[in-house]
Amino acid sequence: MTVTVDPGPVATQTPTRDAVEVVRRARRGPVRHRRRLVGGLALVVAAAFAARVLLGDYTVTIPDFLRILGGEQIPGATYIVMESKLPRAVLAVLAGLAFGVGGAIFQTTLRNPLASPDIVGVSLGASAAAVSAIALAGWTGWPVSAAAVAGALGVALVVRLVAGDHGGFRLVLAGIGMAAAMQSVIQYVFTRVDEYDVQLVLRWLTGSVNGVAWSSIGLFATALVVLLPATAWAARSLEVTELGDDAASGLGVGRGRTDLLMFLAVLLVAVAVAAAGPIAFVAFLSGPIARALNQGRTTLLASGLVGAAIVLVGDYAGAYAFADLNLPVGIVTGAFGAPFLLWLLARGPLNGHRGRRAA
Amino acid sequence: MTATAPLDTEPAARLEASALTLGYTDTAVVSDLDLRVPHGKVTVIVGANACGKSTLLRGLARLLKPRSGSVLLDGEAIHRLPTKQVARSLGLLPQNPIAPEGVTVADLVGRGRHPHHGAFGRWTTEDEQAVAEALTLTDTLALADRVVDELSGGQRQRVWIAMALAQGTDLLLLDEPTTYLDVAHQVEMLDLLADLNARRGTTIVMVLHDLNLSARYADHLVALRTGRIVAEGTPREVVTEEVVRTVFGLDNRVIDDPVSHTPLVVPVGRRQRLAPQEIR
Repeated sequence: MTVTVDPGPVATQTPTRDAVEVVRRARRGPVRHRRRLVGGLALVVAAAFAARVLLGDYTVTIPDFLRILGGEQIPGATYIVMESKLPRAVLAVLAGLAFGVGGAIFQTTLRNPLASPDIVGVSLGASAAAVSAIALAGWTGWPVSAAAVAGALGVALVVRLVAGDHGGFRLVLAGIGMAAAMQSVIQYVFTRVDEYDVQLVLRWLTGSVNGVAWSSIGLFATALVVLLPATAWAARSLEVTELGDDAASGLGVGRGRTDLLMFLAVLLVAVAVAAAGPIAFVAFLSGPIARALNQGRTTLLASGLVGAAIVLVGDYAGAYAFADLNLPVGIVTGAFGAPFLLWLLARGPLNGHRGRRAA
Repeated sequence: MTATAPLDTEPAARLEASALTLGYTDTAVVSDLDLRVPHGKVTVIVGANACGKSTLLRGLARLLKPRSGSVLLDGEAIHRLPTKQVARSLGLLPQNPIAPEGVTVADLVGRGRHPHHGAFGRWTTEDEQAVAEALTLTDTLALADRVVDELSGGQRQRVWIAMALAQGTDLLLLDEPTTYLDVAHQVEMLDLLADLNARRGTTIVMVLHDLNLSARYADHLVALRTGRIVAEGTPREVVTEEVVRTVFGLDNRVIDDPVSHTPLVVPVGRRQRLAPQEIR
């Protein structure tokens, strides 16, 4: 019998230039794919935005639109564009971005696609606090946003305390419980208002981008100008926290960074709810869709763009797809989100990332 | 480092535990333990299930805060050092790291460079070289653009080790790096780590289940029982019939390993104690 002796894999001490080139090329592939995806999604969002503003039951030509933006008064058109179509489209983009990014952070950090802010009660917590502030305390403007943030943080903390350190089903179950509780708070508030306003009910239960003042949108946009760059900065640790708590600690990223990122995600969702209500399932849908388009990898930017596209298209469909009906966007996204949830459940284990080291 | 230290003194230690007590809830899992990790050597921690060996490794890697006592890295309490600074001198491969969905080998290994990036750090040529070197050392360069999920268990484990190597630390802690691997891949993995130690002088501390492989690859063997060190030293000093009986509660014979000439434990089960005619 002959035995061949393998000299072993440790053959060279310094990497050859070829090896560096292999690494460079291998790392380039996913980056290029993501860039193309983000570019494509940006085009989709731009197209949906244009359609939302220009088309529908009242068509506006591009030259007219530019003239309206320039301040010209065109009878009828100016009012419809500036008071209805444009604010709806702008709010749809901003809310979609915030929900998409916030939801993807939740799902990635908690390693569970079900652990999105709209399912674990964070969005409804923000909504309950906001509607209480408006209907019971008579607040307007930024205090409403502050109340929404407080409500979202409150729910997030309670869910976290009840679930402990486990991100799995305990957290989802605790969150679903909190969501139900928040829903009943919202419904209780409606019994206290003088007249039962269906539009108000729909906004704070399912979300809507209809009839929001420019001042609220401006406040929301200002919050995003601060929150989105901060999130982008804090999310750099995500590449490491994705590997599990122990591996992340080993690479010098402590729990503090994860908590900071989750805090920012809660703020994103809360300010979006304060402006547009808890638009159903956008936070839940965006991350998995963006991930499926990105070869399974997490990408927050693409999630945000998917969110913006969903809200724009959902609002357009809600406004024009059904004759005589002007449905709030939350009802449309809810109708699409429910089957998606069932599909996720049917697909098998909901631990999201498979965490085994060996087959 | 100079090799002129006299042989009768203890080898230098960059990492040590002093009166270390660790635990998760009320009960202590590791109690009042002193350990000096010999510099530039392979240290293997062995013991029965639930003896506290993984807990000890997690404590040494600052994943667990000591109840009392301390872990010292270069003489300073490791829990008081900035965690990112520690990550530049001490690498860790935990028992169950998670490969994110769709991640490629080059991407995953590149994440080992995280501690070297500043607040707005960008990817540099130095990072590329460290990744290329780690992939070359672990013989995974050909897998660079493959998705980690699609690899075999042995390949995947080599990729995780490549990630720990890309971190560029000369201290490497591994929690059961051979779990889930068949015996051929276990030997391959341990050969790889022994080569790293021999060629780069990387200090290695690992928890292993297999006592015979531990005896073969360890320079320094630490035997734990209920959170305390029962025996410590070279495999020949530690792996004796008496120590194995104490640590594992197993009747055994220790013979000479015909291949490596390290101690080889041969377990004696209940059936082997019976006279031949009693076995039916």
